[in-house]
Amino acid sequence: MPDTAPASKGTITVVHLYPREMSIYGDLGNTRCVAVRIRRHGYTPNVVQHHPGADWPADVHLVLGGGGQDSGQARVEADLVEIADRLRGLAADGVPMMMICGTYQLFGNAFVTVEGTRLPGLGILDVTTHGNAKRMIGPTVLDTEFGTVVGYENHSGSTTLSPGQKPFGVVRHGYGNNGDDRTGGARTHNVFGHYLHGPVLPANPRFADALIGYAAERATGRPFEPEELDDRTADEARTRQVRRLVG
Amino acid sequence: MPLRNTIAVVAGKAARVGARVRGGGSALPGLVAETVDPGFLARALSEVRGGIVVVTGTNGKTTTTKMLVALLRAHGKRVFTNPTGSNFTRGVISSMLPELGRSGRLDTDMAVLELDEAHALRFAAAVAPTHALLLNVARDQLDRFAEIDHTAALLEQLAGCTTSGVVLNRDDSFVARIAATLRLGVTVRWFGVHAAIADRLPELLEQDVRFGDDFTAPPATADDGLLRPVDDRAFDVVFGDDPVGPVTLRQRGLAAMINATAATTTARLLLGGAFDPATAVTALAAVNPPFGRGETVMIDGQPLELVLVKNPAGFTVALGTYTSTPVATMIAINDNDADGRDVSWLYDVDFSSLRARGVAWTSGVRAWDMALRLEYDDVAVEQVEPDLTRALDAFVAAYHDEPKRLFCTYTAMMALRRTLAARHGLAGFGEEG
Ligand SMILES: [Zn+2]
Repeated sequence: MPDTAPASKGTITVVHLYPREMSIYGDLGNTRCVAVRIRRHGYTPNVVQHHPGADWPADVHLVLGGGGQDSGQARVEADLVEIADRLRGLAADGVPMMMICGTYQLFGNAFVTVEGTRLPGLGILDVTTHGNAKRMIGPTVLDTEFGTVVGYENHSGSTTLSPGQKPFGVVRHGYGNNGDDRTGGARTHNVFGHYLHGPVLPANPRFADALIGYAAERATGRPFEPEELDDRTADEARTRQVRRLVG
Repeated sequence: MPLRNTIAVVAGKAARVGARVRGGGSALPGLVAETVDPGFLARALSEVRGGIVVVTGTNGKTTTTKMLVALLRAHGKRVFTNPTGSNFTRGVISSMLPELGRSGRLDTDMAVLELDEAHALRFAAAVAPTHALLLNVARDQLDRFAEIDHTAALLEQLAGCTTSGVVLNRDDSFVARIAATLRLGVTVRWFGVHAAIADRLPELLEQDVRFGDDFTAPPATADDGLLRPVDDRAFDVVFGDDPVGPVTLRQRGLAAMINATAATTTARLLLGGAFDPATAVTALAAVNPPFGRGETVMIDGQPLELVLVKNPAGFTVALGTYTSTPVATMIAINDNDADGRDVSWLYDVDFSSLRARGVAWTSGVRAWDMALRLEYDDVAVEQVEPDLTRALDAFVAAYHDEPKRLFCTYTAMMALRRTLAARHGLAGFGEEG
């Protein structure tokens, strides 16, 4: 028996954007999941909670963002303008990011309110969201490049992809971006935006490990060296949910 | 009396008999009466002179309502309340029907009604409450209310409809700031925790991220009740220099103590000079935990505690309350409308306190999701069995000779209570009450 823990394969820095203001629907669970899985894969997680006004960390390997209320969104806008260029640079450079709901909308080109006011976003994802009175709420299932992904959506904005913008997945159950075109979320480089709470990462470990893999490569300069993790519980939970919703 | 009202009473009573015969449903007769005559509630409550009190907020409504009613009755008041926990305007009407005379008017001194935030407003549209007790705002069934800010706005509107007095939680900024919006002439009383235990507040409170205008409640006066624990079980509710206590509740935990503080502050407002501290202590000590709030059933000589969990704040408080004495544990999570359909909230609860002993069974429609959640907190799970009855039977058999605890969401609890009543001959246990 070894009497010391095996050496870490490297430290992965994960930034959670605005955990106080923008993580209302269990979004912190994604960060918790990522940190645990990074450790289980033999790396060392370094989780940084980024609050409005704080310095942006030097070396970032993965960025996570969640959904908030309107009041939370208003509180982060000024800071988002501050860090916008850095986020755009990191995104273009292949840093993995996952933005859910409110932060997904903020990562798009604009949010257009019911009254027609156009609030510009970061423009990292080529999508535009229109506010509408109807809330799109319920369990959701998407087919993605990481297999069938389950979540729970809860949004009132309708998001449309510009021509050429890749979706994250195809809706098999639920509303997705807008309830009309069966697209769910968006992907550009390694930036993912979508409406899946749930939280999405523990429920869909393949997707979680894809993000961790991109982050590990960035952190170490080497290909991702995953351990074999036992995901039977997650697989069972997800399979049952898919069977319930799409038969 | 107007003919329509007579018809409403008769129709409602007939439906009630019908519902009984078919063996179910407390909401149906209320629906019938409401459909026949929308003015029914206003008329039924028109002779209630001592106060129409609405108790609302996310957590603790049922417990607090029970305590407040007990306090008022102990002081000799005749009080109507909605004891079925059917938390809706229709449910209020249902429970009212058997109490109504031919006049269609309720003959009591006071009415104390537990209503959720949305239904409290619907009720207030029909009958302006004289008093409102606003407990707290936390995430609960977000798929229904959508946002905490929205819930807070509902409470503010309710307070705006209240004619005489409002009792507010000074430690919950969502509730406290409502004081600034009240009409002139409406009395404000505060309840909260004593400075001695202020460090325990974060485990109970939701983060308020709204801009600016940070509202701080004014210093507590001799009419505001502050919770000051004496030891693990006993506490005083302090009004200025006058303590009500020491009180020992039948229900454990900080949340129940805060509920008792809220109820005592409200009772004191309603009763004025007639309020008697010794009577209050005796009344509070005799209140049984309501349905699912830590009630205990004995199975072959061993206690099984049932704990209802429905949102992150509530589950966190429950874990803090109960896990100081680790016992065999089962967790049952359903995702029907009444449970909240989104199980994301389980990730806003810290389960690490269950690590030492582990969890014996997870069950319910989302049994596997619960097990997954526990995996991420390194809490071992022995068995996963979505079928509630099978899980309960296996759990009780495996831990037959020791105390057990069962955390469950609303519809899981309803089903489990029925099974417990059938299996273990607990008369009436399967019924709400
Ligand atoms: Zn959302």
